[in-house]
Amino acid sequence: MKKEILFSLNGIEVSVFVKGHERLIDVLRNHLGLTGTKEGCGQGECGACTVIVDGRAVNSCLYPALEISGKNVLTIEGLQSPEHRLSVLQQAFVDCGAIQCGYCTPGMILSVKALLDSNSKPTEKEIREALQGNLCRCTGYVQIITAVKQASSQLQELP
Amino acid sequence: MTDFRYIGKRISRPDGPDKAAGKAHYIHDLKRPGMLFGKIKFSQHAFARIKHIDTSKAERLPGVKAVITAQNTPEIRIGFLRDNFALKKEKVRQYRDEVAAVAAIDPDIAEEAVEQIRVEYDIQPGLFSPDEALQKGAPLIHEKDSRGQARIDNIVPLKFHHESGDFDAGRRSAKYFVEGKYSTPLVQQSCMGTAGCIAEFDMNRNLTLWAKTQIPFLAQRDFNRALSDMGLQGKNTRIIVPTLGGGFGTGLDTHTYEYIAVLLAFRTGHAVKILYSREEEFAYLSPRQSSEIRILQGCDLNGKLVFRKVEVLQDNGAYTSWGATYPSVMMLPATSLYRVPNVFFNARLVYTNNTYCQAMRGYGNPELTWALESNLDELAEEAGIDPYELRRLNCNLPGETTPMGLKISTCALKESLESVAKRIEWKKKHKKGKSRGVGMASLVHVGGGARIYKSDASGIFLKLDDFGNVYVYHGGVEMGQGLHAVLTMAVAEALGVRPEKVFINPTDTSTCPWDVGTHASRGTFMAGNATLLAADKLRNKIFELAIDVYPREVKKSLEKYRKKNPDYQPPDIDFKKSARLENFDLKDGYLSIKDGPSEPWLRLELGRFLRAVHFCSKGQMLFAEAFYDPPNELPDFEKGYGNISATYVYGTQGVEVEVDIETGEVKILRLTAAHEVGKVINPEGLKGQIYGALAQGIGYTLYEELKTEKGQILNPNFKDYKIPTIQEMDFPIDLDFIEIPDEFGPFGAKGIAEPGLVPTAPAIANAIYDAVGVRIRDLPITPEKVLTELKKLGPSVK
Repeated sequence: MKKEILFSLNGIEVSVFVKGHERLIDVLRNHLGLTGTKEGCGQGECGACTVIVDGRAVNSCLYPALEISGKNVLTIEGLQSPEHRLSVLQQAFVDCGAIQCGYCTPGMILSVKALLDSNSKPTEKEIREALQGNLCRCTGYVQIITAVKQASSQLQELP
Repeated sequence: MTDFRYIGKRISRPDGPDKAAGKAHYIHDLKRPGMLFGKIKFSQHAFARIKHIDTSKAERLPGVKAVITAQNTPEIRIGFLRDNFALKKEKVRQYRDEVAAVAAIDPDIAEEAVEQIRVEYDIQPGLFSPDEALQKGAPLIHEKDSRGQARIDNIVPLKFHHESGDFDAGRRSAKYFVEGKYSTPLVQQSCMGTAGCIAEFDMNRNLTLWAKTQIPFLAQRDFNRALSDMGLQGKNTRIIVPTLGGGFGTGLDTHTYEYIAVLLAFRTGHAVKILYSREEEFAYLSPRQSSEIRILQGCDLNGKLVFRKVEVLQDNGAYTSWGATYPSVMMLPATSLYRVPNVFFNARLVYTNNTYCQAMRGYGNPELTWALESNLDELAEEAGIDPYELRRLNCNLPGETTPMGLKISTCALKESLESVAKRIEWKKKHKKGKSRGVGMASLVHVGGGARIYKSDASGIFLKLDDFGNVYVYHGGVEMGQGLHAVLTMAVAEALGVRPEKVFINPTDTSTCPWDVGTHASRGTFMAGNATLLAADKLRNKIFELAIDVYPREVKKSLEKYRKKNPDYQPPDIDFKKSARLENFDLKDGYLSIKDGPSEPWLRLELGRFLRAVHFCSKGQMLFAEAFYDPPNELPDFEKGYGNISATYVYGTQGVEVEVDIETGEVKILRLTAAHEVGKVINPEGLKGQIYGALAQGIGYTLYEELKTEKGQILNPNFKDYKIPTIQEMDFPIDLDFIEIPDEFGPFGAKGIAEPGLVPTAPAIANAIYDAVGVRIRDLPITPEKVLTELKKLGPSVK
């Protein structure tokens, strides 16, 4: 019934026994207790459950758990430093007023992270394209765009 | 203006870092030891008699701990008129009615068990519009009211009526008048975090409920009543509010799913969690009401408004929530947006077999303002007056009392109109046609609480520890809007400590003082005023004790200082004279003497002071409480009169649109919003409130609509129910916050959480009319509707 999967989670190798119908989000939240990944719709429509798999932002609610074997997964828990400091990107969200209820925030931040990792100076159009699958009901997105631009320019300045 | 240390400064919200790190814990993330998962069986018939419920198969399923129906549980009546039941016994009146529920060891088993429950119904034809329900001989949706009295029709027994001036005389004096019928759809609040709760009983049979609520204390009252219904008289409910994934009005009522979790928890002896999926949230949670509004208003030859008649017909759905009282807020714009001397307002609420509804941001105001401000543009056209000039001519002014008895203290309607006209380049762009157009609309809303209940108060409790930290216990609810940021800033400012020394405790009815609820844009106003009262008390306590403690402690500091600086000559200070209550100051966590010498040893750190006060014989701990009840009154809604809020906010939004005459699509080119706020407390938070409200307003205007067929929601997902994405919000937004400090507002501030979505729809509709001459009166303004109207105009489209 259950099958073992091995994958890298936030830089650490993990092994989990999963049922066939389980999704990546179930592995993260239910098996591993990483509740930073949020479920907003379970249908791939809202992006709240976004995580990064092998460098690409994906909806973990649509991702079959069995397919994660051998892959690298980055969740919101893997972003901050061990000394409990936010990353530049997370801090930009805090500073720019890009967070209200915060339910969409982890997924939103991971979509941005995937964008900035592949394109360190995105245009506003590219930011909008990268975030079009991440719904936010609170902010109207304006300060989210500001935060992404701020993070992008701050990351440029880093040595 | 007063020089503030933290108010108005850019300070990050205290809950920001945890939310950015995925460490904020929502109801979805909470677990209790031995917790079971509850699942509800919904009727899926809009109007039917329940003949039989067979739960035997579900009960036999391994892992199922309880299956409940109305047959094997006590009756719990709920709702504003107590016309709803936690579980339905004889009849279902809406597609989403709860007929049974299951608790199981995991969600999959619970779901399977619910599917195994068989219900036999005697299906009846339903009533799916107020018109159908009002027809003579229509079946009664409720045959009896909650007191057992026979009902004779489907009209909800709630009266909202207003008449002022001499309506007929007003009408006779009108040179121009326009009548119109406007409608608004069912809209889902669409919190990103879906609804859910955990219910758990202790062995004293008291209940703890982790609830996604905006009214913890009214909820405590509701659930205590339910405990009585369950035979647990005198038992208590403790409500704990976890981090909320949005509220937007969904937390203003207690919900059937919560009572069902309570019943399951009591039956099983375990904690029970019920969590809605997105589909359940869309299909089985109460949305914003739909409405139909008729307006007739007129002006004299010069454009002065002389009368206004507003009639509201509201589809109540099958049961009555607090949200049914939207007309209590609709009266505000009807009577008090622009000066109009002769007003008639009436609202009728009608039971149907559609989903029952509840509050959503704006609470009736967006609906009424949609009709009113659309109609005002039509009147301007009829009278041949520029719509902007017509609005300016009829502006409300500070110091006036409106026909509803609203006492307008500060009022920046004129300023907001002028600001928008300038920013949107009204004179240059209005009536230029060619598929581009500009439109504007204004609003009035409560800004100083809203007394819709016996008390409109808010309590606060401030506790100091030995380290100069302040713990805040406040009954208001942080749902994303930034209440905790405002509380932090207000406490830091009013008490005189640094914001990082302020800790906001989770909202919990067992630790926090009473607050009526976080609604009506009242959070900042109430929490701010309560903070000012409590901080003043606490400062006085500190300063009283400082008369003795301060000289003693700073003399110790002086000794130390002298050891390090042997040549130091201290200034001569007569502590008997200077160490007096009124001479002390507390700022940034340091006690000092006002206008005294700036010697470092004269600055006494608050923590050190508190330890000196605490650790001595007859020691003391310091705390202070306050209970702020604003100067407003509970209106008589049947007469439509009463000063519901301590202060009001006006504002105006302007928009420029482009309409594609081939497809009917409306593109927003830019948007400007001028709102009076009294005083900006938290600049980033305030901007976020308006930006977010605008996005909701745009969704409401252009595409959001729950589609129903025979009471069933047909589009219960984000694919078929579109809320704005980041792509739809791709246009410049220009905000103007008009600061006229209000005498009742904390630091001069007024509430501003809802106004941002109130006038958005009519501003856009007016711009569409300016662009292509098409007047849409039914929300949402879809491309199909625009195209249909464009075709009626024929080839002469301007």
